[in-house]
Amino acid sequence: MSSSGAAGAGSTDSTAARRNTKRPKYSKFTQQELPACKPILTPRAVISAFLLVSVVFVPVGVASLLASRKVVEIVYRYDSKCIPKNVTNKVAYIQSSADKACSITLNVTKHMKSPVYIYYQLDNFYQNHRRYVKSRSDEQLRKRGEENETSTCKPEDMVNGRAIVPCGLIAWSLFNDTYSFSVNKRNLTVNKKGISWKSDRNHKFGKDVFPKNFQNSSIIGGAHLNESIPLREQEDLIVWMRTAALPTFRKLYGKIEEDLKEGELINVTLNNNYNTYSFNGKKKLVLSTTTWLGGKNDFLGIAYLTVGGLCFFLALAFTIVYFVKPRQLGDPSYLSWNRNPGGH
Amino acid sequence: MTKGRIRARIRRSHLYTFGCLRPQTTEEGGPHPLQLHGPGYSRTVYCNQPLIHEKKSLFYCNNNISTTKYNVLTFLPKALFEQFRRVANIYFLLAACLSASPISPFSPLSMIAPLAFVVGLSMAKEALEDSRRFLQDVKVNNRKVSVHKSNGEFVPRSWQRVMVGDVVKVEKDQFFPADLLLLSSSYEDGICYVETMNLDGETNLKVKRSLEATLSLDNDGAFWDFSGTIHCEDPNPNLYSFVGNFEYERQVYPLDPSQILLRDSKLRNTDYIYGVVIFTGHDSKVMQNSTKSPSKRSTIEKKMDHIIYTLFTVLILISFISSIGFVVKTKFQVPKWWYLQPDNIEYQYDPKKIMLAGMSHLITALILYGYLIPISLYVSIEIVKVLQASFINQDIQMYDEETGTPADARTSNLNEELGQVDTILSDKTGTLTCNQMDFLKCSIAGTSYGVRSSEVELAAAKQMASDMEEQDTESDLSNFPMIKGRVPRQNVRRAEEIELETVVTSKGDEDKRPAIKGFGFEDSRLMNGNWLKDPKADIMLLFFRILSVCHTAIPEVNEETGICTYEAESPDEGAFLVAAREFGFEFFRRTQSTVVVREKFSASGGVVEREYKILNLLDFTSKRKRMSVIVRDEEGNIILFCKGADSIIFDRLSENGKMYLEATTRHLNEYGENGLRTLALAYKRLNEQEYTEWNNEFHKARTAVGTDREALLEEVSDLMERELILIGATAVEDKLQKGVPQCIDKLAQAGLKIWVLTGDKMETAINIGFACSLLRQGMKQICITLDSDAVTNDRLEVVKGNILNQITNAAQMINMEKDPHAAFALIIDGKTLTYALEDDMKHQFLGLAVDCASVICCRVSPKQKALVTRLVKEGTGKTTLAIGDGANDVGMIQEADIGVGISGVEGMQAVMASDFSIAQFRFLERLLVIHGHWCYKRIAQMICYFFYKNIAFGLTIFYFEAFAGFSGQSVYDDWYMILFNVVLTSLPVISLGVFEQDVPSEVCLQFPALYQQGPKNLFFDWYRILGWMGNGLYSSLIIFFLVIIIFYDQAFRINGQTADMAAVGTTMFTCIICAVNCQIALTMSHFTWIQHLFVWGSIATWYLFLLLYGVLPPKYSKTAYQILIEVLAPAPIYWTATLLVTVACILPYLAHISFQRCFNPMDHHIIQEIKYYKKDIEDRHMWTRESSKARQETKIGFTARVEAKIRQLKGRLQKKQSALGVPSPTYT
Repeated sequence: MSSSGAAGAGSTDSTAARRNTKRPKYSKFTQQELPACKPILTPRAVISAFLLVSVVFVPVGVASLLASRKVVEIVYRYDSKCIPKNVTNKVAYIQSSADKACSITLNVTKHMKSPVYIYYQLDNFYQNHRRYVKSRSDEQLRKRGEENETSTCKPEDMVNGRAIVPCGLIAWSLFNDTYSFSVNKRNLTVNKKGISWKSDRNHKFGKDVFPKNFQNSSIIGGAHLNESIPLREQEDLIVWMRTAALPTFRKLYGKIEEDLKEGELINVTLNNNYNTYSFNGKKKLVLSTTTWLGGKNDFLGIAYLTVGGLCFFLALAFTIVYFVKPRQLGDPSYLSWNRNPGGH
Repeated sequence: MTKGRIRARIRRSHLYTFGCLRPQTTEEGGPHPLQLHGPGYSRTVYCNQPLIHEKKSLFYCNNNISTTKYNVLTFLPKALFEQFRRVANIYFLLAACLSASPISPFSPLSMIAPLAFVVGLSMAKEALEDSRRFLQDVKVNNRKVSVHKSNGEFVPRSWQRVMVGDVVKVEKDQFFPADLLLLSSSYEDGICYVETMNLDGETNLKVKRSLEATLSLDNDGAFWDFSGTIHCEDPNPNLYSFVGNFEYERQVYPLDPSQILLRDSKLRNTDYIYGVVIFTGHDSKVMQNSTKSPSKRSTIEKKMDHIIYTLFTVLILISFISSIGFVVKTKFQVPKWWYLQPDNIEYQYDPKKIMLAGMSHLITALILYGYLIPISLYVSIEIVKVLQASFINQDIQMYDEETGTPADARTSNLNEELGQVDTILSDKTGTLTCNQMDFLKCSIAGTSYGVRSSEVELAAAKQMASDMEEQDTESDLSNFPMIKGRVPRQNVRRAEEIELETVVTSKGDEDKRPAIKGFGFEDSRLMNGNWLKDPKADIMLLFFRILSVCHTAIPEVNEETGICTYEAESPDEGAFLVAAREFGFEFFRRTQSTVVVREKFSASGGVVEREYKILNLLDFTSKRKRMSVIVRDEEGNIILFCKGADSIIFDRLSENGKMYLEATTRHLNEYGENGLRTLALAYKRLNEQEYTEWNNEFHKARTAVGTDREALLEEVSDLMERELILIGATAVEDKLQKGVPQCIDKLAQAGLKIWVLTGDKMETAINIGFACSLLRQGMKQICITLDSDAVTNDRLEVVKGNILNQITNAAQMINMEKDPHAAFALIIDGKTLTYALEDDMKHQFLGLAVDCASVICCRVSPKQKALVTRLVKEGTGKTTLAIGDGANDVGMIQEADIGVGISGVEGMQAVMASDFSIAQFRFLERLLVIHGHWCYKRIAQMICYFFYKNIAFGLTIFYFEAFAGFSGQSVYDDWYMILFNVVLTSLPVISLGVFEQDVPSEVCLQFPALYQQGPKNLFFDWYRILGWMGNGLYSSLIIFFLVIIIFYDQAFRINGQTADMAAVGTTMFTCIICAVNCQIALTMSHFTWIQHLFVWGSIATWYLFLLLYGVLPPKYSKTAYQILIEVLAPAPIYWTATLLVTVACILPYLAHISFQRCFNPMDHHIIQEIKYYKKDIEDRHMWTRESSKARQETKIGFTARVEAKIRQLKGRLQKKQSALGVPSPTYT
């Protein structure tokens, strides 16, 4: 605002110019007129959406269920079986140095096609506890030069002033039950190669990193490691180091690379070393085949079928409803001012 | 304000003063200084000695004004304080502080980075907004004014350095830098003209007059040794009062407001003035009047706080639950978990120090579940609002070509409030009207002249035409609520056609609006001297003479063209004079006691100059509502010319003066109905003796001393103004701003209530009410006023009792009213309002006002405007919007929930105080009905969705805790968590907030009823909010448990591997990203490429991120190393689980909205469908019919007026039919 008339008159040109610059530029974007698709939920769209979902979901569900059913799975809980009957204090027994070998027999109920995967399953084991999850040093596992990187591993970081490799609670509590299988007195080879993720082997566990000072402290946790084998080849450790999400979990132990025939009895000789008795955890041995969907889990198929069925039902319901009480789309009589005239 | 009158000519040599009403103060026996002492009157100003005022005891604040919220030093602490007043931000700040400690479940970076980002962005925005205000202040503070330095020398100095006591010289068209005492002006008698538009919105000039004692100080040199002392009141906000004494040359003179020049008013028509600074800067009256601009928050945001509190409660609750779980687990189970080495454990897990562990876990949990509180909500809303505001700014249809101003959303945090407005409080002058009058019609001797129709008529005609069209083609009568039953429509239509004809015939000349400012008259019978041929030419002659003589204006002859322009007290008067000039009676000279008129068309044929000697002038006051002059013409006849409000004049007619009474009354009603301002004209011939007798009386009254002089004068005047002879009436159109009636009509149809608060006289306000259809014939007007005598004489209780009585009576009347179409208008004046706004009465007043269709408050002060606004805001609890253009509207603009300033005219105060500024009132429709509606829905949906997504995400973290021994471990990678709010879900929701449109803009305008979705708050009620929260809860359950069960313990790959935490977490997170993004896609109804890009892009970004994150060396990616490529992507179960969970999540919502749309469709659903099937094009008729019905039932606006007219016609018809014995149709 110019306060004097003269100045005002003098600046007419500039104000005219300013006017032009102040004028908003027209574009579809600034005027909010961009072309847009405005899908609306017409009855047809709704019903076909529901139908589409059911059409997709039911077959997927059936396929998943079939896949799951195709899986043959043998689960054997051995934690209580493998304690001698006369032992009352299970914890003391498991912590003792007695020979804890134990023999069990598994009955193959159905033909199991190779490869048959061997898992151990722990229950009530909180591998996902925050303290536990953090208690590791990836640096140290990967590089030989970083073996002193143990600050995150407390209290399993040092022993007698020397760094533990691999440090931390996870490694320290490595599962140490062992299984060997035989059928009709013939030993089944358990292939323990390739049970871990390839990326873990190649990038997370160094080929020149060897266990050091492991399980040398006052309390011994789980398994010992062969100090002459680099971590990269210690696949049990690599598998174990991938912490499970839930307190019930299975971990791959190995593979049996031959078919197991129906009715065969498998003798398992196992060393029951791992202490789950302190915390009432169960231990199970699992033999399972896999399909494209993985192991046995009916839930996915059932869930798919349920959702698919539900959608089918919804589609049906909407169809009926549209037939019984049709509302013509865009029928103005449904507008609020027509529905209750004067009432708005 | 009888003082604010123009009584002098512009040119100095012709100065004169009417001495009719006010004797000079000297006649009363010299000045009586006021006794000023005690509190409230402590200010002492030593004129011309500013240095004295630099000392402590007399130091007053300097003239530097600042309207900014912050300065360089206070910005950081204050702005930070502002930011952390938000509870959510404090929470996140605490969380960030704790993030370095081992208690924190996350890494410090993941806590601090989002907070810094969010707070930094908000603060940058604050800084930007404040810097704009700062620049404006700097501009004002650096304006220059001449200040007396010493020895009679004046030097230019910037405003901010002007001190109390300084003598300043202000030149023509400059603003006064501070409140000044006028010492002298370029006129000999020390008057000056002041434009106070910035203060009270009035555009007419006011006269200020200096004391006679200081008249001699009229050149620079005179201030060489000038000194004087002012004792006066302390700074106060009262614009119209001033009490003080001026001590000069050992005499004491009383000061009154007419010597005070207020800051921000402007010197006009005066070359220069000298003045002494009394009040500076924030002490000045205008600044005192402005309240601190409050930071406003929208209703939605306030409600959002409640939601955030709710979420905090949930957060604390689940933190407690998980702490209890943790304590139980830790106490009873952890000692057995040898793999944790419980004997050698950190304190936060130590079962032996369970209390400490529990407490620290509580803090961990509070931080961990922080994802329930959307940290990015505030910043997203701010981004969205800034973008919305930029759309408002760039709306080309809210750009005013004439002034070159676009709309401006000055604060962006009220956008959605625009969609919820319930009551609009509007200023009148400059907002609704341009304060320009056009002479449009007149009635002379019982004949109406003037064929051009007023804007109101034109619009009414248009409306009628479209309504008729509709009726013609209307096939389904039952759908038309107005004509149910068997109304003989032919007759109705014929009646309407007749009416239509009368107004529509003159429609064609719309484009050639008056070429002459103030004159819109068109009728060949009167132009170019044609009236001479009329048999009633003598009466016409009188009529024109009254127009040209009976006024107080001053002519200004343009030297180049020779045409006179007029400096009139009111624009009406200006319009009369212009009209008279065009009719051939050009008033061109005024001297001390004469008026000279040049008559172009005389009986003799030549141009004649006639001189009238003004004997007396009986002034116009709002109480008298009339003015008269008594003149002696050249033949020596004494004639009284009188013009005034029709009711007043009609009471004063003589028996033989009522010849044209009936016809004139009819015309006046017609004019009034068409929104014109009317005045009746009358005259009376006096004989010499009669006059002399009266004049003696008058003179006596005039020179009487004492308080009753005014009353006496009035009484004597009254004696004279009787036995008048009516000759006709005039009708002028108070030019409304472009499109105002249409806009008011639309706003009324959108269900908005409109109150007019004006500083104008009651009559003016009522006229404007008619003009913009806030009032109409047949509306019952409830006037609540006070007798001015009563105020002075009676005690306060009596006065209040009187008002209360009026209010309760009126309220009763409304309650008793049976007719559903009856409409009431409340008109109240400022004085009455003072009492009505007091605590004990305001609720009754509000109750009454709410029941009335329109409310007009006249003569209200700026403060009262603000008080009324507050009353409406707090009394009804609804959203109010105040709109105005002048500094007098600032209070109201700041008080209202939304303040809108009219920009583009002079005076930026209103705009500076406003939240939105538009160039024209008519843009308000677009601002509210389109932008407001959109913004409301966008923000409401956006916030709901925000809470949904954060609940869905946050709760999964909680569930996982239950499976992780409540240890505080999160199943997700830190990076997923950071990205969730900032990247992966933010853009779609921002695009929802910025681009969503339920219906296109033109539909918003066509179906104003859609606007009511906002004030009714259909999209942000607790039902909806809780629905969304429930949806979030459901989604979280589905996502977590489905994924957990699917990935439970078995192998998830054909190669037999089982899922570890990283795989489960990533799958779960994938499901969340897909589910929430599909959910928002379902929520949107408007997809431009931007939405598509953002929604689907977000999902794609997630996979892309996962891919890239996995490719990073394991040092950075940790457990996520190659997770997509190696672990998840080859597993069909990963994809099938994602599909399953996503579908399961959105299924209930899809079913719900399908069901709602099917059985309970909302209006915008139907309209979307109509648009989708292009029914609006196929069935144009249905479309227009529905859009005409899509409005709230209104009692104001054109539509209501037209409907009332139709009802009236039908009523008449019915009567006729029943008289004829035809069975009368039923009306519903």
